[in-house]
Amino acid sequence: MASTTTVSKEDKINYLLYIADTALILSHRNSEWCGHAPVLEQDIALTNIALDLLGQARNFYQYAAELIGNNATEDSLAYLRLEHEYKNLLLAEQPNEDWAYTVLRQFYISTFLFYLYQQLQQNEDEQVAAIAAKSIKEVAYHVRWSGEWVIRLGDGTKESNQRMQQALDFLKDYTGEVFIAANYEQAMQIDMATIQKKWEEKVAAVLNEAMLSFSTNNFSHTGGKTGKHTEHLGYILTEMQYLQRTYPNATW
Amino acid sequence: MKNFITKHFYGDYGEIEEGGVSNKNEQNIAWPLWEVFIRSKQGLDHKHVGSLHAADAQMAIENARDVYTRRLEGVSIWVVESKNITASNPEEAGELFEPAENKIYRHPTFYKLPKEVDHM
Repeated sequence: MASTTTVSKEDKINYLLYIADTALILSHRNSEWCGHAPVLEQDIALTNIALDLLGQARNFYQYAAELIGNNATEDSLAYLRLEHEYKNLLLAEQPNEDWAYTVLRQFYISTFLFYLYQQLQQNEDEQVAAIAAKSIKEVAYHVRWSGEWVIRLGDGTKESNQRMQQALDFLKDYTGEVFIAANYEQAMQIDMATIQKKWEEKVAAVLNEAMLSFSTNNFSHTGGKTGKHTEHLGYILTEMQYLQRTYPNATW
Repeated sequence: MKNFITKHFYGDYGEIEEGGVSNKNEQNIAWPLWEVFIRSKQGLDHKHVGSLHAADAQMAIENARDVYTRRLEGVSIWVVESKNITASNPEEAGELFEPAENKIYRHPTFYKLPKEVDHM
């Protein structure tokens, strides 16, 4: 598995950006719920998760910026890159819609990140391994929290089950992309087949308990990892980058 | 004779005129109220830190984790649905508590505690 071949700097930077972007965009989506979640307690829970993800994104950006050099910083990577330079999963940028979409999107991505970080903890790059080791406890909780909600809504009322099923039917076309490795991802020598197998088992177990049906289909939207995004990302970046673009170099 | 077994619910006071809000909504859409107890470190007691709403015990634990342990406040959480707590009646405070006031001999002030039992 993890041989000691060196990964090219470019591949590594792209890979770090892919994980960081996915965490940042999902964090931003979750932050949109701040002040709007159904109950106070869940508002806090979701914004906690948003902050966890933001912290993970920062760690990966900081390391990427170090490798890029040229005065790149975590802020310049987050605030001054354009849509086509973002490498996040399409799944992360899908709209919140309702609570069902939100918790299912979280469950899919957190489950993936959990098994990914499990492997990255053993990465030959000590920095990557350290970030993964630090993040995995947070992610374990995200999996638990979102999984609980998927079960609760799926196995809830008629309406909650229907809404969960709707979210499931919509998001399923975005799950395949997670496991289709981009070139820079292949270079990182991650055992994607194992991650996919574990992900599918975990998702199947939770959906089964939630009394929801998941039809695996072969079709999946792709492109996020190489900068081809759905129309949603532009709106996210417009809002997120507005201040830094309007008042360049503004600080607190 | 005073009625000592009237059930009073934590959180009811002030609202008790309306019949107590924490336990009357069980059929309603509102989630029940839970009391949260946090142990800040090993060896200490669980202390009441506040309350929150949750659909069931599992969710109450998770909500408590998110609401009350964000700043490393705890190593253990207890939750109990507020309606399961029987509270003393404030109107009876006089007969319940005041008799203890002048019984100074009940206080352990006549000997020194060793340092090791700081948290007595």
